[in-house]
Amino acid sequence: MSSNRSCGITAHSLMLALLAVAAACEMPGTGVASESEPTRTLTQALSGYEFQAEDTQALQDDPFANPGMLWVDQGQELWRDAGSADEPSCSSCHGESGDSMRGVAARYPAYDAETQSLLNIEGRINHCREKHQQQSPYAYESAELLALSAFVAHQSRGMPIDVFIDGPARTFFDSGQSYFYERRGQMNLACHHCHERNVGRMLRGDRLSQGQPTGYPAYRLEWQTLGSLHRRLRFCNVGVRAEPFSAGAPEYVNLELFLTWRARGLKVDAPAVRR
Amino acid sequence: MATRFRECALLLLLFTHAHAAAPLTEVPGDAERGRVAFLDRDAGHCLLCHQVAQVDEPFQGNLGPDLSDVGSRFSAVELRERLIDPTLINPETAMPAYYRTTGLRQVGTAYVGRPILNAQQIEDVVAFISTLKKP
Ligand code: HEC
Ligand code: HEC
Repeated sequence: MSSNRSCGITAHSLMLALLAVAAACEMPGTGVASESEPTRTLTQALSGYEFQAEDTQALQDDPFANPGMLWVDQGQELWRDAGSADEPSCSSCHGESGDSMRGVAARYPAYDAETQSLLNIEGRINHCREKHQQQSPYAYESAELLALSAFVAHQSRGMPIDVFIDGPARTFFDSGQSYFYERRGQMNLACHHCHERNVGRMLRGDRLSQGQPTGYPAYRLEWQTLGSLHRRLRFCNVGVRAEPFSAGAPEYVNLELFLTWRARGLKVDAPAVRR
Repeated sequence: MATRFRECALLLLLFTHAHAAAPLTEVPGDAERGRVAFLDRDAGHCLLCHQVAQVDEPFQGNLGPDLSDVGSRFSAVELRERLIDPTLINPETAMPAYYRTTGLRQVGTAYVGRPILNAQQIEDVVAFISTLKKP
């Protein structure tokens, strides 16, 4: 213990240690679906940003160094010229700058009455492509869809997250919530075992964060590229030797609604940089 | 009817639980082989969550307790129980069940019907961690 003190505890590591203790004291979630107001088991929500090394945080904060900004720039180009010669571009309907998208990522996934389905940003973009641009949908992890979703998410940077889970959205929310608390895979672990009950602890070389969705699409150093939230969810499934769903699957969109509700009040920080 | 069923299920659980504590194989566990299975990423990969002072490996996890003295604290029977299915001891545990194939959800197709460690590996790992004692 005293040797610990002599090598100097940084404010950051001290905070993480306190969090680990706080997380350990929390009530386990029940995951029971009901119509009453759900309770969030985390006492204090923290972005994945808080769990990164300082140089990774610095990379995210500097718009000229953040590698995710390359996708935002590409997204801006696609925004202006997506579609063929006789089809409208995104900007023909939503304006040149993309400012009209400000705040959108902070309230998605959202229930869409027309298709009676839950759409995340990627789903909404593909819906516009099919309906208004008469184009086939982009593949989920394609460069184009990542670029456009990064462009849209970036417009909400710094805005507090607040998703709508009442009415028809509630069924989708409930199944996402159950998914979070159910054990799965050969390793028989649930999301909350890592991202609520052991926050701040180490899984070999990885420090466990709360599993917040605020920074996606995010540039992950281990991927050496930008990837969607669903790509990360697939990783977490594979990590416990569970059969992953394909990116964009309804199970992941439902889970995304739960994660985003759980993150409410946190600020959108896409495109984030993560280890 | 329902309570009757629950009683049967409980008895079955107690039976399998008690039964599980006996060695799983005729061949006694081998500590050296157990050390390999303990470390191997595709076998136990126990360092994902545990620290062991006796092994010289970087990045030992701390999601679970330090095991450097676990051989003094538990008998082989108790260690075996904790490996086979720790949810029988602590239903909320964050430790995987290493010798369980039923009642699991969404198991990857490559792993269906297979436990993480086979019976001999369980015995070997038990033999290895039984040697972990502080001097
Ligand atoms: C065995 C441990 C484990 C389990 C179980 C697990 N994850 Fe993760 N998860 C990780 C690790 C390790 C990382 C990378 C470090 C970090 O950000 O926590 C991660 C990262 C994430 C991230 C990215 C956070 C960020 O800021 O970049 C999200 C989101 C996430 N997990 C959600 C989930 C969900 C949802 C589940 C359940 C379907 C789940 N995880 C199950 C270990 C786990
Ligand atoms: C994903 C995390 C994880 C992995 C991997 C893991 N454990 Fe554990 N282990 C735990 C946790 C957490 C506990 C604490 C007991 C509890 O919560 O039930 C524990 C407890 C134990 C205990 C009891 C120690 C005590 O002091 O109570 C033993 C023995 C043990 N583990 C051995 C192993 C071995 C051997 C392996 C690999 C074959 C392994 N563990 C892999 C998380 C893990």
